[in-house]
Amino acid sequence: MNPYLSSGTKDVYAASMVIEPLAGFDDTGTIIPKLVTEIPTVENGGISADLTTITWKLIPGLKWSDGSPVTADDAVFTAQYCMDPAGGCAELSKYDGVKTVEAVDASTIKVTFTGPKTNPYTAFVGALAPLLQKAQFEKCLGAAAPTCTDQNNMPIGTGPFMVTGFTVNDTVQMSANPNYRDPAKPAFATALIKGGGDAESSARAVMETGEFDYAWNTQIPPDSQASMTAAGKGEFVVAFGTSVERIEINMTDPSAEWPEGERSTAKHPHPILSDIKVRTALSMAIDRQILSDVGYGAGGKPTCNVVPAPEVYVSADNTGCLKQDLEGAKKLLDEAGWIPGADGIREKGGKKLHLLYQTTVNPVRQDFQALIKDWWTSIGVDVELKAIDPGVFFGGDAGSPDTFQKFYADVEMFTNNFDGTDPETYLAQYLCAKAPSPANQWQGENMNRYCDPAYDKMMGEFSSTRDPAQRAAMAKTMNDMVTKDTMTVIPLVHRGTLSAHSNALGGVKINAWDSEMWNAADWFRVK
Amino acid sequence: MLVFTLRRLLVAIPTLLVISLVIFLLVDFAPGSPMSEIPLTVPPDVRQKMIAALGADQPVLVRYVLWLRQFFWVEPATLFDGIFGTHLAGNEQRILSWQSRSPVFSIIGQRMPQTLTVIGTAYLVGILIALPIGIYSAYRQYSWFDQLGTLFAMIGFSVPTFFSGTLFIIVFAVWFGWFPTKYDTTLHVTDWASFLKQLKQMAMPVMTLGLANAATISRYMRSSMLENMGQDYVRTARAKGMTERTVVLKHVLRNSLIPVVTVIALGIPSIFGGAIITENLFGVNGIGAALIGAIHANDLPMVQTLAFIFAVLIVTFNLIADVLYGFLDPRIRYD
Repeated sequence: MNPYLSSGTKDVYAASMVIEPLAGFDDTGTIIPKLVTEIPTVENGGISADLTTITWKLIPGLKWSDGSPVTADDAVFTAQYCMDPAGGCAELSKYDGVKTVEAVDASTIKVTFTGPKTNPYTAFVGALAPLLQKAQFEKCLGAAAPTCTDQNNMPIGTGPFMVTGFTVNDTVQMSANPNYRDPAKPAFATALIKGGGDAESSARAVMETGEFDYAWNTQIPPDSQASMTAAGKGEFVVAFGTSVERIEINMTDPSAEWPEGERSTAKHPHPILSDIKVRTALSMAIDRQILSDVGYGAGGKPTCNVVPAPEVYVSADNTGCLKQDLEGAKKLLDEAGWIPGADGIREKGGKKLHLLYQTTVNPVRQDFQALIKDWWTSIGVDVELKAIDPGVFFGGDAGSPDTFQKFYADVEMFTNNFDGTDPETYLAQYLCAKAPSPANQWQGENMNRYCDPAYDKMMGEFSSTRDPAQRAAMAKTMNDMVTKDTMTVIPLVHRGTLSAHSNALGGVKINAWDSEMWNAADWFRVK
Repeated sequence: MLVFTLRRLLVAIPTLLVISLVIFLLVDFAPGSPMSEIPLTVPPDVRQKMIAALGADQPVLVRYVLWLRQFFWVEPATLFDGIFGTHLAGNEQRILSWQSRSPVFSIIGQRMPQTLTVIGTAYLVGILIALPIGIYSAYRQYSWFDQLGTLFAMIGFSVPTFFSGTLFIIVFAVWFGWFPTKYDTTLHVTDWASFLKQLKQMAMPVMTLGLANAATISRYMRSSMLENMGQDYVRTARAKGMTERTVVLKHVLRNSLIPVVTVIALGIPSIFGGAIITENLFGVNGIGAALIGAIHANDLPMVQTLAFIFAVLIVTFNLIADVLYGFLDPRIRYD
């Protein structure tokens, strides 16, 4: 129940009904005040003209669920709690660049950044950075943070509900917060969150038996979605955030003939995939609509962008990949000098066009692998499939050969996304310096080892640009640079979050920009 | 017998220590990281700090010794403190789950009740179904009842619980609406209404598991009965003019039960181990669900502690089975 210690989505969502940030995002991605009177901007003086400070004003008379007043000291404490180097705070990046947090008076919080901050809505904004009560967490600073079991399981908050019972990974029992800032809300006296089980059984408990009102992350096969909807007890809702299922291309040679430490590093460019014609052909051979329909149904749509949302950052004219073109792909491979051999597999200089395609163990991903293998085989590419346990793949263990950072394969498929509405850190992943290598213990987000000085330069400008229109234009350019211009990334499907709610539950507005429970205070019983 | 028991207990100590080390190393060397469930949006340096805060970056032997100390000293002391209000454990750190930052033993304490209720009942139901089927099947070997019993056992053996469980859900919960599909662990039995509710929510998981348990035990019972039915003493008993009832239920059954009781005793640790699939399917969220969740999340302290507790239980019930054997069969003496 404490997002600062566990940023697993289930923990964050459950906690968001109890503890709240100063401001959050609504279902359109617009920032909205929660515990403050208004959103600080440069215009209303809340943000200093040089963008180095932001000042929040708490709503007067605001109380914690135990009846004590919420003060600026709580915010100062929360920042101190997360920024403590020994605490292992999961949301440290939310407080990135924060120099000081001061309580100007009991209801005024002033955050000072180390330099101009183009997006100051990070600290205390969104479900990942809620306010903690100083009185409750005072003894839980630093190394003591994980040992404060009672505090972490039953935090005192300002949200519409308060925790009355908690069992790990099983249930959270809640009752309405008597001190909630709107005395008329919430409409429910109690709430129960049940964990465990799988997506299918959770969806069934809402859609078919009606035992529960809401099920989060009901990502189930499209045919099950249809048959459950037919039961008529509830509906699926979907919100499209920033998640994109993609194939990342390895620009370096993962071949085992290189010694350990040189495999998949910039020392040796990839013998096949360094050729943009091959990469383009691979992308052209894929029918993204079929993938989306097979894998996600209502929860997905085909895309060619790595930044699929929000609207202002989307490169809308990058749609060239949506149409499958097998003949075109074959032609490109011919041009690149890969000629079909006797067995139908293309060859060049005695070398076969063979690719190792890795992803995690996941039924949808294995379907995707099978389909894409078919298409690629039909254009003369020999594809070897590999599926890795997600715990290993995403585990980041530098000793394992199977992590997605090490990338000992030619192409790999996974989903990535960014928090909130600003793609800055996300686009910064493709900087040259972010490439995983032995020098940085294989930590880094640039899986492709993509390296383009022009991209690095633009990223530097992006970080210092304040004008929203200019930023949007630059984000689009960078999106295009890694997708259609170089085909370093082959985006496949823009994934939404699919949840289910019963017809008896009203007021649900699914939100991809903040917790799905962001407006739980407004939920009501449909009579 | 006492000497035998004591000797076995003493041998169990090094055995368990070796088991604990093996489990610890196996779990530790398995690939994966406790951070694998953390979203990709958390940057690598923050991940490193989180791992350090968990103590997961310590060398494996340091963690093993620390774990031993926590398991054999801090946890029992904490339990003792909880019961008698003393302060033996002081502020020493208990075994904490990496996934939830809660003490592992608190989680086990939260989950034990539903595991024991559901899995225990299923085991009991399984035994109660299996014994009569096994006995009568053997007595009327190759009768239609025996054939039916065999069919039942084959179904129980070969239909996996994820299939039978889902089938039960679709039939009894979705079509008929008799039972809930999600087990409510917050339900307290205080009166008849809540007891009925408890029965209802237990019905499907108990059916699913009971079927599988009954299949195994009924086969043991049947074959053990068959073996005894042909023995000389049975002919003697019949020749003495005893009723069929006395012959079968007194002479044959008693002797046939000896191996079956052993099998049942050896199966008891699995009750504590929970049932991973069934628990997940019905949202029982007992020990089995905790174990699989911990394995997925690479929550080493949780996996290690649970696996070791299972090892202790298995060693203990093996001993109990041996001792029981001596009691039931006077021919066997260990001294």
